[in-house]
Amino acid sequence: MIEVRELSKSFGAVDAVAGVSFRVCRGEIVGFLGPNGAGKTTTMRILAGVFPPSSGTVRIAGRDPLREPLECRRAVGYFPEYAPFYPDLRVAAYLRFVARLKRIPRAHRANAVAEVLAACALEGVAHRRVGTLSKGYRQRVGLAQALCGNPPILILDEPTIGLDPGQVVEIRDLVRRLRGDRTVFFSSHILSEVATVCERVIVIARGRLVGEGTPDQLSARLGRRRRVVIRVDGPADEVTTALAAVPGVLRVERREGGLALEAAEGADVVRAAGAAMQQRGWSILELREEAIALEEIFLRLVSDGDPRS
Amino acid sequence: MTVLALARKELALYFTSFLFYALATVFLLLAGYFFYTNLGFFVLMGGVNLQRGLWQYQLLDLQRILLVLVPLFTMRLFAEERKLGTLELLWTYPVRDADIVAGKFVACLAVVAVLLAGTALHPAMVARLYTVRVAPLLAGYGGLLLLGAAFVACGLFVSALTDSQLVAAAATYGILFFFWIVTWNEAAISDTALHLLVPLSLFDRFYPFARGAIDTRDVTYLVLFTTACLAFTLLALDTRRWRGLR
Repeated sequence: MIEVRELSKSFGAVDAVAGVSFRVCRGEIVGFLGPNGAGKTTTMRILAGVFPPSSGTVRIAGRDPLREPLECRRAVGYFPEYAPFYPDLRVAAYLRFVARLKRIPRAHRANAVAEVLAACALEGVAHRRVGTLSKGYRQRVGLAQALCGNPPILILDEPTIGLDPGQVVEIRDLVRRLRGDRTVFFSSHILSEVATVCERVIVIARGRLVGEGTPDQLSARLGRRRRVVIRVDGPADEVTTALAAVPGVLRVERREGGLALEAAEGADVVRAAGAAMQQRGWSILELREEAIALEEIFLRLVSDGDPRS
Repeated sequence: MTVLALARKELALYFTSFLFYALATVFLLLAGYFFYTNLGFFVLMGGVNLQRGLWQYQLLDLQRILLVLVPLFTMRLFAEERKLGTLELLWTYPVRDADIVAGKFVACLAVVAVLLAGTALHPAMVARLYTVRVAPLLAGYGGLLLLGAAFVACGLFVSALTDSQLVAAAATYGILFFFWIVTWNEAAISDTALHLLVPLSLFDRFYPFARGAIDTRDVTYLVLFTTACLAFTLLALDTRRWRGLR
């Protein structure tokens, strides 16, 4: 549904996006991840038709936004960062205005507005001015306008930014529910959020693509290493040497309250380390396997672009 | 249809804003005060013997009030939208830039027309006591509306250049004021220069209308001025978009 090839956008001397390529298929829910200033918003604005790219091609539902801008925009519901709004319009009146602009025929307009009001749980505030609503409700109004007209593609730019944790969960659930058979492209700078909502993640940093795949695939790019945490009642230096000698252990690191072993793929380090300690008569106080946190993968991806370093 | 939807939203925003009611009050009070003084002057100075009629004075005064108030109506059109970030949203709907510009222009012109219609009260009052010739008055009001359209288009263009309403209003005053005073300093400029400048003055173009005369050259000039400003507005929007500025 969304296809981007060698996309670049520069503002004067600043290259906001430099040669990014990816695609998002029909019905997929894809996270667009990157630190602030990575070029996420610029990419999304280009996809939504706010401005054209400096170079590269974009296809929205198979169409070129430069050639058929109106058709492309009709296929996309866009939620801009910070959800701008007209403070003096009432929620229902604003959504009716959006429905008219999206050329929903008069006969279906009332229905379409009622539908998005219900989908975003806004019925209770339909007659309030948008400016008097709380931040969480405003974000929902922003989602409602994106959803209006039932576009096949949703582009959501940081829909949870600036919300309190409860509201974040609400919006996240809403996005998941809205999904249906839509294609959703969702940006965030928080990895755990993307991991809970999205099936696939595209990671961008400094205007370039640095990673792509499911959260599992991204971990795999780190070499499928695992980490074992062990706490042993014994002489620290000897324990460290003994553990380093266990087959499959790549690295031993001292951490607060124990030792962390980085284990090679496929090695049964937990069992082997346990046996080695028992042999020497040291009691094991704690022994567990720890997943390498997604946050760590993300940080490694964006800090240098090479996940193996 | 989208033009209409955009115009309706603009009108809704005008009619829910305090600024509109404040400006409308100022407009109608000033128009009423000018009518009162003009009527007094006309009666005391022997009315029919004067070279200019009552309505000519009144129409010229209305023109000046328009100059003062229209920039305050137009300043928010694009500047506010840009400041709020809603222009970015408008650009993602299936709407042409021309529709956006047309919607805003039509809405603001409608507001000016409503205010002008309010001043129809004055001839209506006089008509109860004295015969008022309607045709020249209609020509005068037609001229005011054309002039209003030119002011609105100029303000719209300036508003598309900035995200500060204050800057938009100030610059619009500057441009309109220039087109008013461009022929004032007759003594300092040569005859040929004056000859070239007079056709440019928006306000000199209005004198025939005030006398009740519709000259196609004046109509053409005002329509051209308006069209040019609207075209510049489109160009300004397009340029900013290509540069990636919202």
